[in-house]
Amino acid sequence: MPRKPLEPRFSVEYLSILDADGNLDSALEPAIPPARLQELYRAMVLGRRLDERMVRLQRQGRIGTFAPIKGQEASQLGSAFALRRTDWMVPSFRETAAMVWRGWPIEKLLLFFSGYVEGGQPAPDQHDLPVTIPVATQLPHAVGLAYAAQYRGDDVVVMAFFGDGATSEGDFHEALNFAGVWHVPIVFVCQNNQWAISVPLKKQTHSRTLAQKALAYGLPGLQVDGNDVLAVYAASQEAVARARAGDGPTLIECVTYRLGMHTTADDPTKYRSEEEVREWERKDPLTRFAEYLKKRNLWQEGLEAQVGEEITAAIQRFEAVGPADPLRLFDHVYADLPPHLAGQRDDLAAWLRRGPNRNPEPEPPSPPMRGQRQTTRWQS
Amino acid sequence: MAKLNMVKALNLALLQEMERDGDVIIIGEDVGVDGGVFRVTEDLHRTFGSKRVIDSPLAEAAIIGTSVGMALYGLKPVCEVQFSGFAFQCFHQIENHAARYRQRSQGRFHCQMVIRMPYGGGVRALEHHTESEEQFYAHIPGLTVVIPSGPRNARALLVSAIRNPDPVVFFEPKALYHAAKEEVPDESEALPLGRAQVVREGGDLTLIAYGAMVRVARDAAEVLAQEDHAECEVIDLLTISPLDRETVVASVRKTGRVVIIHEAPRSFGPGAEIAASIVEGAFLALEAPIRRVTAWDVSFVGFARERAHVPDAGRVLAAARETLAY
Repeated sequence: MPRKPLEPRFSVEYLSILDADGNLDSALEPAIPPARLQELYRAMVLGRRLDERMVRLQRQGRIGTFAPIKGQEASQLGSAFALRRTDWMVPSFRETAAMVWRGWPIEKLLLFFSGYVEGGQPAPDQHDLPVTIPVATQLPHAVGLAYAAQYRGDDVVVMAFFGDGATSEGDFHEALNFAGVWHVPIVFVCQNNQWAISVPLKKQTHSRTLAQKALAYGLPGLQVDGNDVLAVYAASQEAVARARAGDGPTLIECVTYRLGMHTTADDPTKYRSEEEVREWERKDPLTRFAEYLKKRNLWQEGLEAQVGEEITAAIQRFEAVGPADPLRLFDHVYADLPPHLAGQRDDLAAWLRRGPNRNPEPEPPSPPMRGQRQTTRWQS
Repeated sequence: MAKLNMVKALNLALLQEMERDGDVIIIGEDVGVDGGVFRVTEDLHRTFGSKRVIDSPLAEAAIIGTSVGMALYGLKPVCEVQFSGFAFQCFHQIENHAARYRQRSQGRFHCQMVIRMPYGGGVRALEHHTESEEQFYAHIPGLTVVIPSGPRNARALLVSAIRNPDPVVFFEPKALYHAAKEEVPDESEALPLGRAQVVREGGDLTLIAYGAMVRVARDAAEVLAQEDHAECEVIDLLTISPLDRETVVASVRKTGRVVIIHEAPRSFGPGAEIAASIVEGAFLALEAPIRRVTAWDVSFVGFARERAHVPDAGRVLAAARETLAY
């Protein structure tokens, strides 16, 4: 018996609608109302400008380490844009622009990146998980959310974000496998930005694409030009619609590039060339989308100034927040503070009461130790 | 009221909690059609269907990880890890996420979930089927670690664990699954988490144990009463973390002598924290050094030497006599 190929043949498509030179495939152009296109562009500009401001704030010591998104605006916004507010977004740690779009106040994110746990608290009506830092570990959570939504019969789609490095983690594979077996309403969005800190994609995987990893789990996988916001939106819209219709998960690989550093603690000149960065700057997602809007007479004057003011106002609100109350360390560890933590909280409170000079606490009256005779101290 | 072994008692708790609350679901390897390798979830899939009793793919990290997601959405998953020795493959999901989500989200989310795992010796099985790992979980803020010692308290503690708003790691002593039957009331009953029980009163020596070691402690206490006329107080911790220091310290203040027994290796084990708490709370009452009778600080690699490894009444007795004579 001869070997024969299995049917259907596995295949992975690549989608590009608006290329780096501004060429548009109008047959594939998604029908997005003009006002929505303007909103999308605004969110991208806001994401870019906020990123630049945050790098400066970090350099000035006004916020802590964070992971810049510069260059990935189309990947994360074209995708998140396809969600409803009642859908769920599960970020990793490089989705600041998408998180702002989803309703996270900028000052809250700045607080988060300044080490305030308060910054990780989503609003009560927000269907967003906070930042997850251990790579790929948020993906099973997204699958669980989708399972729970399906179990309850809610009309909800979950979108989960991760990078190229995450596709090497076990949690990525387990999440895709569980999602496939359970056929849950989820869209996996891989922002393939080519670099996992210093490790390039070719050292991350021998696969030709990341999208093809979906095939192993019986899911559709699609590769898109991640700097083409129209393509990312079109692919995401299709995947979200499929999930909403009960037709299961999709993996979308957005081929993009991290123009900045991995985090503000990273020096990319150590591992990649200036030429490579310049090559990708030529493919900037904002430039081509701006051209597209101009051609369609949707360009808005004054947008940059407006966005700048919004960011400045948010930074002012962020900087008006007082110092972190140390005693809030013990909040929300458990629903109710157990006795040992109440004791530790008291210890810290007592220590703090001693003030910056660490004055000794006034000694409380203590019962005598066993075998110790109670004596009266001399009164001076 | 029926006489049940621990497996049946746990099954009853699951059944009644699932009847009571539609958000309680079960997930794990072989928990559905097979009823779990120890049969704790037997027949539940017949009653509640495969959407509520999920035979998951074989991946511990995703069992816990997806359960975290379900819990964030408001479901109350009860996950089964087939043996505690396999839980290191999901340890990151427990430590990084289940235990932290309440704090990370400042109360916006929490993980009401139970992670059941059979632990400890007594089934003559291969490596990774016999270990005691409670110390790893007891060290994690945000978790509650519960270990029952008999059918009735197993049922009542599992009920409390399922209703607890924070994640509970629920260790089930394999050695006790079928060891004894106990009267278990038909009506649901719950025991408070974080509270130890004095299961035998005495004024000469405190024996502190949990899980399968409670029986060992009680056996030793019997012998000491008969042969040495020494009355032991036996404390069954039931919850390892947060530790009920109050009950422990109160007993040692009375007896002044203490032996701690556990199946986990000694160094940095629960006994160390218990001993430190005693020193902090009852230092002046101590009449003898605190003794620990535990497994040795070696990996558990074969059941042929299990008897030399896991504490038994003989070793507890010897330590108790030395403590009494000090």
